[in-house]
Amino acid sequence: MSVPRYWRERVTKYRLIGAQCTNCGKSFYPPRKVCPYCGSRDLKEVALPRKGKVISFTVIRVPPAGFELYSPYLIAIVELENGTRVLAQLTDVDLSEVKVGMPVEATFRKYLEHGPSGIIEYGIKFRPVIKGEDK
Amino acid sequence: MKENVVICGIGYTRIGEHWDKSLRELAVEASLKALEDSGFDHVDAIYVSNMMSGMLQEQEHLGALVATYLGLRGIPACKVEAACGSGGMAIHQAFLAVSSGYYKTVLVVGVEKMSDRTTSEVTLALASAEDREYVISTGATFVGLNALLYRAYMLKYGVRQESIAKFPVIEHENALNAPHAQFRRKITLEDVLSSPLIADPLHLLECAPLGDGAAALVISCEEEAKNNKCDAVRIIGSAAATDILSLYEREDLLTLYATVKASQKAYEMAGIKPKDVDLLEVHDAFSILAPISLEDLGFAKKGEGWKLIEKEEVALSGRIPTNTMGGLKARGHPIGATGIYQAVDAILQLRNDAGKNQVDNASVALLQSIGGVGGTVTVNILKR
Repeated sequence: MSVPRYWRERVTKYRLIGAQCTNCGKSFYPPRKVCPYCGSRDLKEVALPRKGKVISFTVIRVPPAGFELYSPYLIAIVELENGTRVLAQLTDVDLSEVKVGMPVEATFRKYLEHGPSGIIEYGIKFRPVIKGEDK
Repeated sequence: MKENVVICGIGYTRIGEHWDKSLRELAVEASLKALEDSGFDHVDAIYVSNMMSGMLQEQEHLGALVATYLGLRGIPACKVEAACGSGGMAIHQAFLAVSSGYYKTVLVVGVEKMSDRTTSEVTLALASAEDREYVISTGATFVGLNALLYRAYMLKYGVRQESIAKFPVIEHENALNAPHAQFRRKITLEDVLSSPLIADPLHLLECAPLGDGAAALVISCEEEAKNNKCDAVRIIGSAAATDILSLYEREDLLTLYATVKASQKAYEMAGIKPKDVDLLEVHDAFSILAPISLEDLGFAKKGEGWKLIEKEEVALSGRIPTNTMGGLKARGHPIGATGIYQAVDAILQLRNDAGKNQVDNASVALLQSIGGVGGTVTVNILKR
């Protein structure tokens, strides 16, 4: 992992910044210059909603290089409240408790350590919305 | 199109762990066999289909490398890369080059060598088919992404896993009679469902294996092939399409839009419909891709592809024999070479050289090659 690359991505990844198309109204993550759905170039950057629901999920049991320490872990497609989809890890939940449709919220977490002297990657993961705290 | 395009030579290695052979040696072995089979001793250009040589061998510039080791100094050569769909894309590029009339004869050689690296290194390299910055950075693997599809498919259409997990069982049966296959042994449905989970709900025996291999085709215009008295098969349709790279951004997870788009173009070019196809090669890197591909290619309604598997319509004796030499799961999936192996297996059928697996009166074969989770799909249609 190159340090400049990590630095470039920090705002988008830490704050869950996406873009919304002013033509078709769809929003997406990460932001870009051209709408992937309608081709419009009239886009604005937006902070995405931090709550959503699980669309599909899996348990990674054979991880890629670098993620061995965390295995097994959950990966999910999450649909945020405005319909934007993101792909992220689920955290603070037992493997057996996850269900499609489950309400989740974004939380800031550590992703990966690049060796004893390398950088530490952070970003957004999703955790279940705890009943009673859902305001 | 100016010229009719034919495939007039095939060559291939067995797929497996070739500890004793390098990437270039595999590529040369398959290429020389294909040239010998075609009767041509010269080609005008080379397309090398490969995905991961840069990451796994730290070797790029495969065009010049392969040309050098084939003693074809001076001819144009380059690598064609579209992840696991590199092979189908290389055939498409060769088709364009020959049909335009610019080249008369070209060599396409697909090669991948995976056994040089550990599973976790190969897993990371394979994952580069998806978005490295926003998907793979989360720890998602390529298997995991297909597992997301699998769960969504079963939930949406109310399908039991048994109905999909049967596909690898059929393929292993086919591979028993394929001398070049990586796995020539029977497996049962129970074996599949009791094999370890790699990414839930995908079991080990629903995932194509890692392996080394190379396969090559000599592709030429019809006139040259006639002059050379080749045993030629015509490419009557060839098309490629892309989709939004990342699965999570697609409105409909369960339709591989690029398969729909490429197949429609290829059918139109060939002037045929799915009912005219005698045998299929689908890109079953994971069991779930079989039902989805059968649907997107027009062989089943959406949400019903699994029925063709459950009723064994895709078996050798079925209505639409699919992956007759074992497909990616059992014949093997040396990534960049896979699309070329699909063509080889179909040509063995069309030439009546498929031995015990011969499909009677096979005349039209359709090949679907997928890159990533459908980010690229090519469809090539062959006719004898």
